[in-house]
Amino acid sequence: MAPAMSDIMTPDAAELARVAPGHGKAAAESVSPERDLFVGLTRLGDNTLILGHRVSEWCGHSPILEEDIALANMALDLIGQTQLWLGLAGQVEGAGRDADALAFRRDAWDFRNLLLVERPNGDFGHTLMRQFLFDAWHQPMLAALQGSSDARIAEIAAKAAKEVAYHVERSADLVIRLGDGTEDSHQRMQAALEALWPYTGEMFLGDPTDARLAEAGVMPAPEGLRAPWEASVTAVLAEATLVRPASAFAHKGGKQGRHTEHMGHLLTSMQWLQRSYPGAKW
Amino acid sequence: MKPALDQVWAWLGEVPDPEIPVISLTDLGIIRDIVWEGETLVVAVTPTYSGCPATSVINLEIEAKLRSKGVENLRLERRLTPPWTTDWITPSAREALSAYGIAPPVGLAARVNRLAGSAPEVACPRCGAVDTERVSQFGSTPCKAAYRCRACLEPFDYFKCH
Repeated sequence: MAPAMSDIMTPDAAELARVAPGHGKAAAESVSPERDLFVGLTRLGDNTLILGHRVSEWCGHSPILEEDIALANMALDLIGQTQLWLGLAGQVEGAGRDADALAFRRDAWDFRNLLLVERPNGDFGHTLMRQFLFDAWHQPMLAALQGSSDARIAEIAAKAAKEVAYHVERSADLVIRLGDGTEDSHQRMQAALEALWPYTGEMFLGDPTDARLAEAGVMPAPEGLRAPWEASVTAVLAEATLVRPASAFAHKGGKQGRHTEHMGHLLTSMQWLQRSYPGAKW
Repeated sequence: MKPALDQVWAWLGEVPDPEIPVISLTDLGIIRDIVWEGETLVVAVTPTYSGCPATSVINLEIEAKLRSKGVENLRLERRLTPPWTTDWITPSAREALSAYGIAPPVGLAARVNRLAGSAPEVACPRCGAVDTERVSQFGSTPCKAAYRCRACLEPFDYFKCH
């Protein structure tokens, strides 16, 4: 049974994937504060997991040794933060899933990361531009989360914020150096900016889950993060002599489980071991 | 057997950090609390960086040490608040780091505003010159940055003020 257009537009792709084989019999998951919290936490943890995995793909392939080490260290920070976010998500869900189970045993439609972080690495400049656009959002996001009404979220955010301060400093420095660098590096950075720009708008689009979490003081409303993001992006792009794209078009859907074709390929590589040998341990 | 808490602190002061063996777990400031809850010894440990791969090894070594001393009922707790800072590294450990070839953190994290572009004056652990430059934000581990001494040309790790 091919999904109809209205099915494709469903707000939750995971729901569609579960419902379709049962010919519409499965009930939609009910709304509850616990469910919202689980969704919000997986959004945070999936961002750091998928970006951490992408950045780790550079290990052994960077242009110079110092950059290789720096990228691997940033990937490590992101994976460490993932363990905290997804660990808490599993605890909140109460279904016996730990961070590893959530990372390695879910399908694409159950991942809620931004589309930006699943974009392929491209060249070194492209990777750095993606990192900067994300870091410039991640930093104010973590700052806001430190004021969460949920103390468990506030303490993870306080820990992660100290690490992300290094990330944003480094990615901003390199975007400036490469943007305001040689003709070749400048062109590559401008091309990266234009390719990634349509994936930035999703960071600021809220849905009903976001609204309920913001109402409860658990997580900030995504819309409110645009101003601090704009401020740092505008300043860095100007110093990097890069031209900000005019289009406001935004690809969206990652937060609801509707991903690009790249996500399945990424998961195939990331989840292979646990899918082939479930529960395998070192 | 219920050893005194001071004794337990002293034992953990003998456990070296797995990556920087010249300093101990207590020197590093990651043991946050030790208490007896009834017959169970509870040790609260805070991670340095959330992704630090040494964390699980550290937990293993704490357990091995205390078991070897006869502690039977033991529970390790992860404590995230307040987040670990290099301000907790003891003065003697800072000297040990320097002697080992790792420049210790300069200043107090509580006072450093990294984003204001304030670059610390890091002295070369080999020759002591302060004419050094940062090569990369990240060194051999997340907690260190890669530096180079312009005077003696020695590359070295700087334990970042965090």
